[in-house]
Amino acid sequence: MSGGVDSAVAAARAVAAGHDVTGVHLALARNPQTYRTGARGCCTLEDSRDARRAADVIGIPFYVWDMAERFHSDVVDDFVAEYAAGRTPNPCLRCNEKIKFAAVLDRAVALGFDAVVTGHHARLGPDGLLRRSVDHAKDQSYVLAVLTRAQLDRSIFPLGDATKAEVREEAARRGLAVADKPDSHDICFIADGDTRGFLAGRLGEAPGDVVDASTGAVVGSHTGAYQYTVGQRRGLHLDRPAPDGRPRYVLSITPRTNTVTVGPAEALEVSQVRAARPVWTGGERPTAPIECEVQLRAHGDVVPATVTLDGDTLHAELRRPVRGVAAGQAIVAYRSDPAGDVVLGSATITG
Amino acid sequence: MAYLDHAATTPMLDEALEAYVATAREVGNASSLHAAGRRARRRVEESRERVAAALGARPSEVVFTGGGTESDNLAVKGVFWARRGVVPARARVVSSAVEHHAVLDAVDWLAAHEGAEVGWLPVDAAGRLDPERLRAELAAHADRVALVTAMWANNEVGTVQPVAELAAVAAGHGVPFHTDAIQAVGQVPVDFAASGVSALTVTGHKLGGPAGVGALLLARDVAATPLLHGGGQERDVRSGTLDTAGVVAFAVAVEAAVKGQQEYAARVSALRDDLVRRVREAVPEVIFNGDPTDRLPGNAHFSFPGCEGDALLLLLDAQGIACSTGSACSAGVAQPSHVLLAMGADHDRARSSLRFTLGHTSTPADVDALIAALPAAVERARRAASLRSPR
Ligand SMILES: Cc1ncc(COP(=O)(O)O)c(C=O)c1O
Repeated sequence: MSGGVDSAVAAARAVAAGHDVTGVHLALARNPQTYRTGARGCCTLEDSRDARRAADVIGIPFYVWDMAERFHSDVVDDFVAEYAAGRTPNPCLRCNEKIKFAAVLDRAVALGFDAVVTGHHARLGPDGLLRRSVDHAKDQSYVLAVLTRAQLDRSIFPLGDATKAEVREEAARRGLAVADKPDSHDICFIADGDTRGFLAGRLGEAPGDVVDASTGAVVGSHTGAYQYTVGQRRGLHLDRPAPDGRPRYVLSITPRTNTVTVGPAEALEVSQVRAARPVWTGGERPTAPIECEVQLRAHGDVVPATVTLDGDTLHAELRRPVRGVAAGQAIVAYRSDPAGDVVLGSATITG
Repeated sequence: MAYLDHAATTPMLDEALEAYVATAREVGNASSLHAAGRRARRRVEESRERVAAALGARPSEVVFTGGGTESDNLAVKGVFWARRGVVPARARVVSSAVEHHAVLDAVDWLAAHEGAEVGWLPVDAAGRLDPERLRAELAAHADRVALVTAMWANNEVGTVQPVAELAAVAAGHGVPFHTDAIQAVGQVPVDFAASGVSALTVTGHKLGGPAGVGALLLARDVAATPLLHGGGQERDVRSGTLDTAGVVAFAVAVEAAVKGQQEYAARVSALRDDLVRRVREAVPEVIFNGDPTDRLPGNAHFSFPGCEGDALLLLLDAQGIACSTGSACSAGVAQPSHVLLAMGADHDRARSSLRFTLGHTSTPADVDALIAALPAAVERARRAASLRSPR
């Protein structure tokens, strides 16, 4: 229970469904001081009080579990290392994979609980298939697609059939004070929302060149390649305009030479995606290429594709090119379905 | 439900509750001059006399407060300021490593904000203070010491301190000695005058009275600078309209707890001994913490090797058993107990601790319930703790 409206209503719904529910708030900050001052994000002291109050209203026991060490090594350090390696990580996805549905789930199971209930907007029915939420704008199936069969079998997502508006209404109806608490959008461990500043503090300044992809000419400089992400346009501070006068975008980051390569929008277009460590939960792992839809970043477009699994790699042939595909993000394969698009599997984009 | 957390708070005694309700129906501010005020004042002053008589103090030595935390702060900061105000060099506070946070944090605050220097007295493996250490401390620094503060009995591990001996050492150097006797009153004999202490903290909700009412017994010759300024209701040391009903109920509870102390201690310590024996039988690896003999009658404190106290608490709570890890929380996250650490325990042992405290409503059925639930809880908590090593 993060202290937000979703997990509060999820807990209430789990109780209403007849489960014996215990509320758990995760303490994720190593330095409690950052709890107090972090007005945003999802792990402030105030959030923990909101969560406790919600648990009291629902009438369930409530505990704070200290996951700060695990969170730091598996999510925060990983986040920094991924940027340092020229990739663009998704920490929420990582937190689901390593903390909520791993460290927390394992501890819970050891203590005698059967499952972890969260307020994620996704559907997981008796067929065991993970589907998009009815609320497409709030759908979080993308950040849950990393979960394995074993993890999904011990997960309950009570909110998948409700829109965010309905969740808020229900919270108000149930007397939960968090009903109109604003959503958190930021990365919870970067309280001020300044990702660049956060990375600069950990990785230090590392000046290098910004290079034009077509000419190979140095067109600017940067103070750390980790500050860029593929597809980025703003904040490039190029010394020279492009010969064609059109805007340039980050095409790639090369940590080895500490170079940021830029070029025109068309050069961002990608039709083939390779990804590693595939997880397949939407039925049998396919042995032949399959037709499906893929999503390449959170809230990103969905494109038809042919997906092939080969050992530890996943290959996707996109039907139409997509811009801004960044290594480190997940590719999630969906099968469209009138009962809610089904997550087939996912993998981490490598190129 | 088996309530095994009487050291956190214990149910109000019927007679205290009745006195509370009866008084709360009456109007009157004890500072007012009219009849209603006079009646309230009479209730307060009678209560003061009752508390004084029960605890071996003079009525004028009883300062009513808003509870234990306030009394501790008033004693520590108030006496520090008053003594340093007279002699600026007196800026040293001597305290024990196992104090409750109400004392510990007040001392730390003086160090951080008032330039106080602190002499921490260590404890042995049983949590006991050694009067020789105080003797050495005062032999070295007596003229710079503003006060000594050391609790009568420890709230976590239940160890009872040699308070009279410690107070005598301080008195020998003319240094005021404060003791937090919150866990002691009603559990062991406590006599203010006979103990030789200069200031003593007592609170209502640990002895069958209401929460939010307590007292600081403060010897007439010990000055304390007020923390709360205003009407000066309590000897000009403490301001604020007195909670007449609370004070009355507090006095009734103190009197009853002190009067019944011997009988209570005999009954509850027998129950506690039974609990300890059966916990050891059920979980042979447990470590029993605290002094085996100089100990509060209702306190049983253990470390469960290979478990986290937090996990045990959750599992026992789910079985209707209320107990405590005894340690403070920081941002909701349990910290390893400073008491256990001061006793020489390592972090793992400190984190594996659980406190069971019995009180006036405890029955053998409470112990039975604990023993029935404990083995399965320990097994599960062990499984959970074994996951802690990073994968
Ligand atoms: C030893 C000790 N000192 C101080 C306190 C604080 O007293 P109160 O809760 O009345 O503020 C307690 C109990 O909480 C205690 O056990």
